Amino acid sequence: MAFEIPKISYNGAIKEIPLGKEASRMIVGGETCYPFYLFEGDMPRPPKIAMEVYDAPPDDWPQAALEPFADVLQDPAAWAQKCVASYGAEMIALQLASTDPNTQDTPAEQAVEVTKKVAAAIEVPLIVWGSANLEKDTQVLKMIAEECAGENLILGPVEEGSYKALGAASLAYQHTIGASTPIDVNLAKQLNILLGNLGVPDERILVDPTVGSLGYGLEYCYSVMERDRMAALTQEDERLQFPIVCNLAKEVWKIKESKISEEEAPLLGDPSKRGVLLEAMTALLLLLAGADILIMRHPDAVQLIRGFVNELIAN
Amino acid sequence: MALTGIQIYKLLPKDNCGECGVPTCLAFAMSLAAGKAELAACPRVSEEAKAELADASAPPIGVVEIGTGERKLKIGGETVLFRHEKTFLNPPGIAVLVTDEMADEEVAGRLERFKTLEYERVGLTLRADLVAVKSVSNDAGKFEALAAKVKNETDAGIVLMTEDPSVMEACLKACADRKPVIYAATKENVDQMAGMAKDSGCPLAVKGNGLDEVAELTTKLTEDGLKNLIIDSGTRAIRKALEDQVFIRRGALLKKYKPLGFPTITLPCEMTDDFMQETLIASMFVAKYGGIIVLSDLQGHSLFPLLLARMNIYTDPQRPMATSPGIYEIGGPNEDSPVLVSCNFSLTYFIVSGEIESSRVPAWLVIVDTEGLSVLTAWAAGKFVGDAVGISLKKCGIMDKVRHKKVVIPGYAAAISGDLEEELGDWEVLVGPRESAHIPAYLKEWSA
Ligand code: B12
Ligand code: SF4
Repeated sequence: MAFEIPKISYNGAIKEIPLGKEASRMIVGGETCYPFYLFEGDMPRPPKIAMEVYDAPPDDWPQAALEPFADVLQDPAAWAQKCVASYGAEMIALQLASTDPNTQDTPAEQAVEVTKKVAAAIEVPLIVWGSANLEKDTQVLKMIAEECAGENLILGPVEEGSYKALGAASLAYQHTIGASTPIDVNLAKQLNILLGNLGVPDERILVDPTVGSLGYGLEYCYSVMERDRMAALTQEDERLQFPIVCNLAKEVWKIKESKISEEEAPLLGDPSKRGVLLEAMTALLLLLAGADILIMRHPDAVQLIRGFVNELIAN
Repeated sequence: MALTGIQIYKLLPKDNCGECGVPTCLAFAMSLAAGKAELAACPRVSEEAKAELADASAPPIGVVEIGTGERKLKIGGETVLFRHEKTFLNPPGIAVLVTDEMADEEVAGRLERFKTLEYERVGLTLRADLVAVKSVSNDAGKFEALAAKVKNETDAGIVLMTEDPSVMEACLKACADRKPVIYAATKENVDQMAGMAKDSGCPLAVKGNGLDEVAELTTKLTEDGLKNLIIDSGTRAIRKALEDQVFIRRGALLKKYKPLGFPTITLPCEMTDDFMQETLIASMFVAKYGGIIVLSDLQGHSLFPLLLARMNIYTDPQRPMATSPGIYEIGGPNEDSPVLVSCNFSLTYFIVSGEIESSRVPAWLVIVDTEGLSVLTAWAAGKFVGDAVGISLKKCGIMDKVRHKKVVIPGYAAAISGDLEEELGDWEVLVGPRESAHIPAYLKEWSA
């Protein structure tokens, strides 16, 4: 007897979210099957890669990650342009790392300046991400929302503690929200409900489940994302049917194994290829779990993932 | 698949003698159904019942053992599609390829890397498992010599790769005692390969052109009495290969389709010429159901991430790996040595203790019970907070072991320092670095 392929029927779909400026609108989401299970559903748009740009020159990156950007580290706008022009970034993610009160604690006004410059330098959608310090993010992102009205930025992390302030600001000034909760399906759902109650329309929400690096908690994130997709697609859980954004590069490049030299750890091989593979492998596993937008750093990792996605959707 | 307690009960002796350790047959049946007891515990069960129970409870995906001794590898036996449903059980075997047309140095390099590339993590040793020996020349003598070399120089499990039965036969004689995988039986050679698998008791990989052909072959082989089968769907395109893995796993689990109820072998080494991409393909098969993953080479920068991926995906999702709380002496500390405190998530413990060790500064590491949660997670969950950490420090006895009154907390837990100082009275709380990689530099500066 011929083998009958066991297919699953889905009754939900991921919402389609328009991103970026009117003239260069991009849509993410729309899947009607598990990631890349194209034999039983659709993935109308392949996942997108956003490349990172930092608001201040990073001081703790290994050589492998610094090298491609050596000429632009001082200038976030030029950095963003380079990512788009040289590496084909489909989006840019501006990391406001220097605003962190535990590091440089740069003021909100400065973050607004940087955001404006970067937004003016590129056509692709712009993600603006805080330092994950609740009070500071609330202040910084709120000011950015106001000052950059009409740019349709993606602002995050918007957390349970800041959703009222940031939800309202995004609503008023037309930005999209990166709704962030710590690796928990129910918390993610709850925040989406709260945002809905506040009046934030569905097409302005992306979900950030928080992720860890390969070897440092990735497995939890992987499973939470799988469960999230399961609820969204097979259990019609309407408040989980949002595209997922994974802010992974900063997690990967902070771990010891992406920094340590070959002299110190000869068994870990070539440090630049190792870092690239750690990033790309983390990204691939998150793609298989349900990521729609990957925030990535190294051009080689970006290229590897882009090639892989093309293979996964190839006819 | 699994029988219910009642179904099992009907097959038991119903003597209620209690020799199995529980008072009644019904209770024993319930334990069996829940997987909490072994049928062997009942001395009275009939042979027929045993056979019936074994058959009905046979796993939907067979378990195949490769190799011998300490390096014996077990693949298959999986019971779920998603790891959160239960857990993925038997991590895929990672294999490196050598061929009989490779230069000697090439082969030697690969075997050397196979032997030396291993990593300690969370108390486990991570390494590759298998060497795949392939005949390209189709010369039986050359193939046999290479296989013998692999057998003599490593303790690896072996995959013998040739579709020519006569080439396979010579070689198999030389290394059957290592229980290698015979790769592969195809439509053309199935009878001869089956004969060899039967005689040698070695597992047999079945390579078909698509799943229907695979199913035809495995059906025939099972009827022949062969159980230790491994499936290669034949596909080498990435998208289709992913689909095949999903179909095989679903077929076995959702449809109880026996002809596909076997572990798989995947060959990223035949799917691309780009080594970086090959490594990514391998990680896809780690997540999506590969049983054996054959790589063209092993390099530290490729193997290490892949082994991490395998460890992550195959970690039991229900239970974080935890270390026992208490005082750990690192490097022979004395009463002037620094005291550091951390959580009992295994990953954290091993990373932090490793860094302290490499600093060569003798130190006391106090591990607080956080129910297996990492520092920040435990802090957020209220388990690594000032009073809890303070009470643990007071109770564990560390205060009698040192003359100074200083404790170093993780940088990410800086927020607890006030509460902790309050709890500890006259002790000083020092906020250490955030990332453990900075611990050595920090400890070298430390003075009591
Ligand atoms: C995996 C994970 C989980 C897993 C648990 C994994 C585990 N066993 O702990 C799960 C999914 C269960 C989980 C749950 C929660 N999580 Co969680 N989780 C993570 C994640 C992704 C990774 C954590 C990890 O494994 N790190 C790796 C280990 C090795 O790190 P570590 O223990 O901190 O150790 C490092 C350093 O601290 C240092 N170090 C350690 N000890 C010492 C000691 C000294 C002396 C020094 C100097 C240094 C040092 O060395 C290590 C390596 O550098 C992080 C986010 C992230 N990307 O980090 C969130 C995160 C920690 N979780 C968070 C939260 C809020 C939670 C929940 C409370 C959510 C909720 N409300 O349910 C729950 C709590 C659990 C509960 N109630 O039981 C937050 C914490 C926010 C905050 N800043 O307080 C985080 C940061 C996510 C976020 N950004 O929101 N989580
Ligand atoms: S030992 Fe066997 S017969 Fe006796 S109670 Fe247990 S199951 Fe029943």
